[in-house]
Amino acid sequence: MPTIVVDVMPKAELLDPQGKAVAGALTRLGVTGFGDVRIGKRFELTVEGDVTDETLAAARRIADDVLSNSVIEDVVGIEVVE
Amino acid sequence: MTVRVGVITFPGSLDDGDARRAIQIAGAEPVALWHGSHDLEGVDALVLPGGFSYGDYLRAGAIAALAPIMAEVKDAANRGMPVLGICNGFQMLVEAHLLPGGLIRNAHQQFIRRDQRLRVENNDTAWTSDFASGQEIVIPLKNADGGYVAAESELDRLEGEGLVTLRYLGVNPNGSLRDIAGITNERGNVFGLMPHPEHAVEPGFGPATPRAMRSGVDGLPFFTSAVAAVVGAAA
Repeated sequence: MPTIVVDVMPKAELLDPQGKAVAGALTRLGVTGFGDVRIGKRFELTVEGDVTDETLAAARRIADDVLSNSVIEDVVGIEVVE
Repeated sequence: MTVRVGVITFPGSLDDGDARRAIQIAGAEPVALWHGSHDLEGVDALVLPGGFSYGDYLRAGAIAALAPIMAEVKDAANRGMPVLGICNGFQMLVEAHLLPGGLIRNAHQQFIRRDQRLRVENNDTAWTSDFASGQEIVIPLKNADGGYVAAESELDRLEGEGLVTLRYLGVNPNGSLRDIAGITNERGNVFGLMPHPEHAVEPGFGPATPRAMRSGVDGLPFFTSAVAAVVGAAA
């Protein structure tokens, strides 16, 4: 069944405490070369039947209205994977 | 008149019982309401209590903001009914777009619990009229997602219009922008805050004061203010 993948990230200008905690752990482990870590969310919406323009439009709508909060997050990707 | 104040219980609400108790101590009748119904049972004011509604799985307060009863809450808020959101309830109010901004994970990435000093910046709301403007108070704070954020322009508007209602004093416990602890809407009937006034309403259970341990009752005026607002509106 086709799946629509929605990726949501905390806004770039906001502090991402989770990412910061992981970045700190990497430094403690002696891993270098990664300046920053940011953690987002991936949603997989399984589509019953074919992906139509309407399905995609609905996915875009809920990505903006439900899956993300535009005050604190950005929808950074919506793609269809088989 | 007996003022009836509804407290909505969501799956994962923790402080609904304390909120109902605070309402009773403030001289009103608490009414237990259920997230899955469409009935506000004729209450005069509403409290969205603290907790972790629906596990806070999507974002804090996000799924609760879509609960069936929230349609009625939005209508009531837009008609001018006093609506208070405490902690998780504050998160619901911003997710429901009844208040601007958003709440993110604490900057230090940890759950925090402390007795928090605050300043009442605006006593011209339904929930703060029993305070003096600029009054300093202490009530408990306990949260994981308490960092208040909004766009710079939105923060400027909130400050300019006097909608910043409560500000952290001494310590900013979670990285909130401009030390914001609570905000109100333009009409002053919808008010959200991260600290917990319902845990500081009777001697023996509140924060320590110089006078005695656990004697702090600085949370009670929030509830008596709303009772007065309802009585005033009816008169």
